[in-house]
Amino acid sequence: MAEREKDDHTGTETTGHEWDGIKELDTPLPRWWLWVWYGSILVAIVYWVLMPAWPGISGYTHGLLGQSDRTEVVRELKGLAAQRQAGESRLRSASLQQIEADPELQAYAMQVGQSVFGDNCATCHGAGGAGGKGYPNLRDDVWLWGGNLDAIQHTIQVGVRSGHPHARGEKVMPSFGRDQLLTEAQIGDLTEYVVALSGRKADAAAVGRARQTFADQCAACHGPAGTGDVAQGIPNLTDAEWLYGPDRESIHSQIWNGRNGVMPTWEARFSPETIKALAVYVHANAGGVAEPVTATPPPASATVASGAAGR
Amino acid sequence: MTTVINTVTHRGSPEGPGPQSAAERARAKAKGTGGLYQPRVPIYPKLVHGKWRRIKWALLIATLAVYYVTPWIRWERPGALPDQAVLVDFFGRRFYFFGIQLWPQEVYFITGLLVIAALALFLVTALFGRLWCGYACPQTVWTDLFIYVERLFEGDRNARMRLAAAPWSFDKLWRKGGKHAIWLGVAFATGGAWIFYFRDAPTLLREFWTGAAPLTSYLSCAILTATTYVFAGHMREQVCIYMCPWPRIQGAMLDDHSLQVTYRLDRGETRGPHKKGQTWDGRGDCIDCHACVVACPMGIDIRNGPQMECINCGLCIDACDEIMDRVGRPRDLIAYDTDFAVAERTAGRPASYRFVRARTLYYAVALVLVSALVGWGLLNRQPLDLHALRDRNPMFVRLHDGSVRNGYTLKIANRTFTPKTVEVTITGVPGARLSAPGEPVGAVVRTTVPANEVRGLRVFVTSTPGASAASVAAVFAVRGDGVSAETKTTFLTGAESAP
Repeated sequence: MAEREKDDHTGTETTGHEWDGIKELDTPLPRWWLWVWYGSILVAIVYWVLMPAWPGISGYTHGLLGQSDRTEVVRELKGLAAQRQAGESRLRSASLQQIEADPELQAYAMQVGQSVFGDNCATCHGAGGAGGKGYPNLRDDVWLWGGNLDAIQHTIQVGVRSGHPHARGEKVMPSFGRDQLLTEAQIGDLTEYVVALSGRKADAAAVGRARQTFADQCAACHGPAGTGDVAQGIPNLTDAEWLYGPDRESIHSQIWNGRNGVMPTWEARFSPETIKALAVYVHANAGGVAEPVTATPPPASATVASGAAGR
Repeated sequence: MTTVINTVTHRGSPEGPGPQSAAERARAKAKGTGGLYQPRVPIYPKLVHGKWRRIKWALLIATLAVYYVTPWIRWERPGALPDQAVLVDFFGRRFYFFGIQLWPQEVYFITGLLVIAALALFLVTALFGRLWCGYACPQTVWTDLFIYVERLFEGDRNARMRLAAAPWSFDKLWRKGGKHAIWLGVAFATGGAWIFYFRDAPTLLREFWTGAAPLTSYLSCAILTATTYVFAGHMREQVCIYMCPWPRIQGAMLDDHSLQVTYRLDRGETRGPHKKGQTWDGRGDCIDCHACVVACPMGIDIRNGPQMECINCGLCIDACDEIMDRVGRPRDLIAYDTDFAVAERTAGRPASYRFVRARTLYYAVALVLVSALVGWGLLNRQPLDLHALRDRNPMFVRLHDGSVRNGYTLKIANRTFTPKTVEVTITGVPGARLSAPGEPVGAVVRTTVPANEVRGLRVFVTSTPGASAASVAAVFAVRGDGVSAETKTTFLTGAESAP
């Protein structure tokens, strides 16, 4: 190799390359950088020996430490299961009422419930459980299928019109308009009647015309006063809660189409302990009163009965 | 061109044809330039005797005593609370200082304390120079202690310099070895004492030696042992000069009227050697004996005037006074004095001192104000603390009769050492009725908050329908057992807000 040219100004050798009179300096690498580099190479070699590193045809080098992310995950899951064991067994042996009375156990159930609710129930009922049009609000005191602990637990277990042999919701609301059971005019009058039931202003003439229709078609399920029936999941028409909307258009649409809500059964998917925790969670979020609302005296029933609605 | 370096002669390898190694080239390059760092010149401060040295010894003993003894002072507290007078309890999230107990939310008291400390430092520095650096700073105290140990093994300045220059021998080995062993012991005791501030001292001492202490204790102890050994044993004055920001800031606090260790050049110059019996007329009192220079732990010559390195420790004053006594001249050729006084005397006027200045007044007023504020805050600390977190999903719930319900989580902190039973009320919401989960609406909501704990409490507020505003301001209050607390919140009525 020929003697290399040195740059006069810096004293550094050049690479011997020249472009338009500009020469490139062959500046040596900083010492610290070189040592870090050598160190990194050394660490890499040690790593190859200790840890899984090189792919082969039918496998890979496992390394001396036997490290494996897969076994690690399995081990962690086992640990998690063991950790949950204590809480699970306590949930299993305690009744719903006992869980709610024990602050520590209730807090545990609430945590389980919150996580399960977020993953499964929030899709329809909302992350906060406030529901939406067509999906019941789980935070208020109106419960189609009963709002005490046992009723909530049962609803979660069997679902609503879910195909489960004991599913809730045997009775369904007919599609009065779509199936031509009632005429357009009759449904319009009924809408006014239902509006009057909840104590709001309505067309008195229409309410009068609809009285007989309501008695013939609706009272069988909703009751003569329209107060519904919790045992069969029949909504109370006299309160302020409207699953499918409170306005005339929504009420008319519901009578016309007769929508019937569906909720899956969770029995197959959740363990009994999880369903218990979920029931405790839903119950506590709704205010946790033993038996929230059964049948409130309808505020407007008198008005409807006397035919004086719509003053 | 004079700037061009003749690389061949510079490297001193004219005969070397062919490539040189990178290391050779790098070494050669560093040779002429001296590298990136100024090499340290070791300092061997000579032991002095005198007033300031005695004060420094006394403060050294006092500050070390405070540091080592404080965690062992007991202070009876009720129940399972720690009985350590001064304790930073990270696990329990409390700071205990004798009768005072602070929660993490009250960290502003610590901030206040730090502001007070800073202002006190400003005031003292403006009045008397860097007294903190010279007498109370841990770096100074521990360095002093380490030099004391060094002197025990290696003797005073001259003996130490001789030993450093001497070839390795058994004598040198055991002296150096012994010194480093004791240094490490002191450093370990320093790090070891530190961790007692964070955990019950007697318990931790037992845990520490049985291997049962938390890992953080061992780590903290190891880190502080290392820093003490390195800072006080090896780095010493370099910590003050290169690492500490305070010497750089001091210029903003000092002025011509600040007392600083000063060489009175009006009296000292013209300096020069003086033989016994010679006249003192026509010359200064400084006999250029370098006693002040060899005594200086920072390695400076105070006669060059105020310097950033000077920590105001006064050891050169003691050194000079000793010489002045011996040559029969008055003391205080080097003394705590002001630039202004020296200038006055140089001009032939009597020296005067001004301690009350705009600067010192500002600092004093600020110090008094902040101290009063922090003191007032401590004295009026609320025993009960209340926060209300309103549910945001859903923001409100409409009930069957049209009434509206909001859910809240109340956080009630009981900062006393006794349980408090309190009753919750809400004001500001028309027709509001409170209920706890599982309780009927309108019942009294009452809870017992355990001593020194926070209790989370779910409450529902139900209001009659028909509100016009979308939200109303409300106030939660908890009262009972002689304590009370309030907090503002909002109630959402569910009414459509005005477009």
